[in-house]
This record gives sequence, C-alpha cells and structure tokens, in this order.
Amino acid sequence: MPEPILEVRDLTVHFYTYAGIVKAIERVSFDVYKGETFALVGETGCGKSVTSRALTQLIESPGRIVGGKVIYHSDKGPIDLLKLSEEEIREIRGKEIAYIFQDPHASLDPLYQVGYQIAEAMVVHNTVKDLKEGLQRALSILKRVLIPDPESRIKNYPHEMSGGMKQRVVIGTGLTNNPKVLIADEPTTALDVTVQAQILDLMNKLKRDYNTTLILITHNMGVVAEMADRIAVMYAGKIAEIGTAEQIFKNPLHPYTQGLLKAVPNPMKRIERLDAIPGTVPNLITPPSGCRFHPRCPFAKDICKQKVPELKEIEDGHFVACHLY
Amino acid sequence: MEPILQVRNLKKYFPVKGLFFTKGHVKAVDDISFEIRRGETFGLVGESGCGKTTTGRTILRLIEPTDGEVIFQGKNIMELKGDEMKWFRRKAQIMFQDPYSSLNPRQTVFEVIMEPVRFHGIHVDDPEEFVIKLLESVGLNEMHLYRYPHEFSGGQRQRIALARLLALRPEFIVLDEPTSALDVSVQANILNTLKDIQREFGFTYLFISHDLGVVKYMSHRMGVMYLGKLVEVGPSDEIFEKPLHPYTQLLLSAIPVPDPELAKELKAKRMKVEGEPPSPINPPSGCRFHPRCPFAKDICKKQEPPLMEAEKDHYVACWLYSKA
Repeated sequence: MPEPILEVRDLTVHFYTYAGIVKAIERVSFDVYKGETFALVGETGCGKSVTSRALTQLIESPGRIVGGKVIYHSDKGPIDLLKLSEEEIREIRGKEIAYIFQDPHASLDPLYQVGYQIAEAMVVHNTVKDLKEGLQRALSILKRVLIPDPESRIKNYPHEMSGGMKQRVVIGTGLTNNPKVLIADEPTTALDVTVQAQILDLMNKLKRDYNTTLILITHNMGVVAEMADRIAVMYAGKIAEIGTAEQIFKNPLHPYTQGLLKAVPNPMKRIERLDAIPGTVPNLITPPSGCRFHPRCPFAKDICKQKVPELKEIEDGHFVACHLY
Repeated sequence: MEPILQVRNLKKYFPVKGLFFTKGHVKAVDDISFEIRRGETFGLVGESGCGKTTTGRTILRLIEPTDGEVIFQGKNIMELKGDEMKWFRRKAQIMFQDPYSSLNPRQTVFEVIMEPVRFHGIHVDDPEEFVIKLLESVGLNEMHLYRYPHEFSGGQRQRIALARLLALRPEFIVLDEPTSALDVSVQANILNTLKDIQREFGFTYLFISHDLGVVKYMSHRMGVMYLGKLVEVGPSDEIFEKPLHPYTQLLLSAIPVPDPELAKELKAKRMKVEGEPPSPINPPSGCRFHPRCPFAKDICKKQEPPLMEAEKDHYVACWLYSKA
C-alpha cells in the first residue's frame, strides 16, 4: 500500500470580488503518495493553480481558504497545514514543500545575481550558517541543474540568461533545501519544446536522485502523459476524475476527460476531425447547478442538473464524479 | 496546383542600436524562398525567435522586408502602390494570436466587422443581414450583433476576428498562432471552423504555430524554420513520418505525446541535444544548426547548405543529403 504524504480533504477557496464570490475550488479531495508524480490537469480557471497554492496557505486577498484540511505527513508526524500560523507555515513552505512557478522571469529578482538568490533561500531557512557557505552550495546546485560553466553563471543577473537557463535556476532554488514535496505549476509552459524536453528530463532525474514527491500542474496532456504516475482532472473548481495515468488515458470515465483527450491534436496520429467540446468553461460566480459540466455534457440527464455528483471509486484507485456511474 | 504566393530570397534584418552606432543586425528572416499553393494550408513551425511571425508579417508587407520579393497572383507586392496595394490588402488578410488586443474595445461587433467593409467600398444591401450571415458562418449569431468585445470569451473573440476578415472575401489568410491563447477544448472548435470555411470558400492559409500537433492537424505542406532559415519544406505527413533535417528530427522527438505508452517508447528514442538556439545577432557560420547537430561534419561549419530537393517535393537544407 503506498503511503500518503499529503491528504487533501474538502479544500474550498473563495475569492471575494466586487462582481461576487468566485467559488474557485469547492470541496477538493485527493491523496498524494510518497515519491510519486501526481498531476493536476485542467483548463484555464479550473482551479488547479489555486489548489496547489492553497496547500500551503499561499492564497492572497481577496481569496480566502474557506474550509478543508491538508494533512501533511512530515517526519515528525501528521500536521494540518491549514491550521498553522503564518510563521509556522513559512518554516515548511520553501523548505519541506517547495514551489516552481510558470514564469521563470517573474520568479527571479532582476536586481540580484542568481547565485545570491539561491543562497538566500538557504540562509532564510537556516540550512547554511552564512551567505558564504550558501554561495558555495549555490555553485553545486547550478551544477546539479546542469547549467554549463556554473562558475561564471553564478554571477549572472537574470536578464543575462535565456528562459530555459532561468527555469533551471528556479528549479535549483526550489531544490536547495531538499524538499519532500515539490509543486511545479506549469514549469515548462513558457519554454520551447526542445527546452521543455530538457527541463522535464532534469526534473525526472532530480526527483529520482532525491526521492522527492512531485505535484505537477499543467494543461498540457502530452506533458502529463510523459511525467505523471497518477492524475487528477479538474473542471470548474471540482475534481472530475482521479486515476493512474494508464486509467485516465486508456479508460477515461468522466465525459469531460473523454472530451479533453479527444480535443488534443496528437502529432503522431493522422486525425481527420477533432471532436470538440461544445460551449465554454462556466463562470464560477454562478456555477451551473448539480454537476458543473452538465451544460456541455453530451450524456447529461435530469439528475445531473439537480445533484452534485460525489467522487466514487469505480475500479481500484480510479475515482470519478459523474452520475453515469 | 498553381502557386498563389511565391516568396523569393526574403530577408528581414532588424538593426540593434548601440549608444551611437548600429551594433549589428538581428537576422530574423535570412534569405528564405518557398511557395504556397492555391487552396492549401501551409504550416510554418519553429521555436520562439526563429522568424516565423516575421515571415508572416513581411509577406503581407506589414513589415517592409530588407530584401527579396513576394509574388502574389503574378504581382510583386513589394512594388504595389495605391489602388493595387488596396486590392492586395483586401485579398490577403491576417488573424492574430491575441484576441484581446485585435478588436477595438469601443466598437460593437457590428462596427468591428463593417469598418473594413466600408473602407474597401464594398457595397452591401443590408449591412445587418450581411453581418449576421458572417457571424453564423463562424458559429455566432444575431444575438451577438451589438455587443462589445469585453462581453466575449477568448474563443468567441477569435470568431469575431474571423468574421471580420471573411467580410472582405480574401483569398489568402495568414493565421499567426490563432489558437495559442485558447484552451484545448476551445482550440479544437476554432480549428474545425477554420477547416470548414476553407472548404467552403476555397481559402489558402499560411498557418504559423509552435504547436506541432496543431500544425499536423491543419496543414497539407509545411516548412520548418531555425534561426531565420527554412531548413525543411515538404508534405506535412511525410515530414512527421520521416523528418530529414536533424533539427526537424530533434523538434519532433521533443514533443510530449498525449499517450503514456507511446510517450515511454518515444522517450527512449529521444534525441539528446544540449543547449538552446544561439542568438540570431551572431548566428553560427555555415549551417546554423551545426553546433547542436549530432551529425555535424567539417563542411557544415564552413558552408551554408542550400535548400535541395531530397525527395519528390520534399526539400531540405542539410549537407547530409547533398549528392556532391
């Protein structure tokens, strides 16, 4: 039996805007197992990024975590991350649970050399005794993320580096404190495909070397297929389906997952016509009643409009929230 | 099929300004030639900074080229003036990537679509009826007629942009990453609409994209660009099946495939190439791909390979395929 490192239960985040309350995520529950790559996939606004940020209370005003639990199994025993004070969560965030964000340019401070920025992350978490030691460690980190000529690169400012190079630095910074869980939010979306392939390879290698658990947030089904052990598909702030990569790709149960997979043009196949999902993603201030996918669903029944479907286990480890099952 | 558009030795250099003097040039597009045939979709792919967008805009003279010519229906568009240029502006249209900046926020959909129609002096009996017909052909309806752009989603805005260019009955349309800003489920809808109207009106497309899956789905023939150069041109199916240029091989092997089993298989065969594309200000000598190419020979460093026909209708710029 795989051991969970994170257990998320009924996580709910609302954003209080002038236009109304945006129910960004509603009662999201899932487990992440030790050492696996868990992918959260979905389209713009489905709540995948909000979910990943809420795990360590990284939600800023006007957003608020309204309810739920995030049990983190640390070395010292289970803790509910949502109950911790700002100071206590800072101890964990960046150290035991680290983030990599989409835009490497925005993740780095343009006024400081990259070596200093990597060292700073260690100094703040007291993993090194001073900046000098931090800079030495930074050098080995640049080597670890395969940056050529690290001795001179360590003195570079972010603008002197390419996008791929910057993302390597950001990954390096994320890994400085040997985190147990690494949350990568669209880590390769800003990069070209050939560079993307290099970065994904690097992440896999580092994950193996340091036995890190990876939570990958992406909209790219190709990246998911290549990286993930297990996948959660999100739609309009809810989890639609959870399963192993094989279950999701070979036997997708939720009509949304089925539609999503058919809508992606596979470069290795000749496709005469893509099956598109009609309509657009609903707004989350007034989400559709019942199942949020029902207005776009080809199989919608009466019950779908009235009742919110719960996640049900259909086969071993394969959960779906749909009234068809 | 006859070519509708021929590009010959097209060059576009952008000056890089120093403090007092021009420091050098970014050779965004450097001496490329190809043709687009009537009724086809020609895909242009490459990574950011390879010059694909500059090519699309220079062809339409939205950017003046440094050198070279573009022949559209027998006329060199670089020499067109006055009424002839206006004719070209009507016949050749472009659809941009960002649906949020390509529509005037102060105009209703009706005005957005009618403005170019009035400019070109096209007579329509019933403007409202005319616009509704156009909206219907792109999957919108009369309900949307007097709404403003901010009331629409990204996908709907791209449809409005599409209706606007359809109004002019163009023959050639440059589609510059038309779905890159959209979600996959919406993207599929727009791509299908583009295919449908192409069949209906017989349009010719130049489809620019960095997404190889989308290009494979849309295009009949395609060109691959690297650092301002066309490295391979041929039928899309053939290029995907048997890429000739080492860069094309690298590019295709780097795409993550939405199928876990196939992904594992392809990953094992993936080409390992280090580094990133070099700066287009000082491109490498000879073949621009040689510093990253696993098959580079001496000649690759010294001499630039021309685009040669390696197989029927399949061209490649690589010394590996040179018969000499």
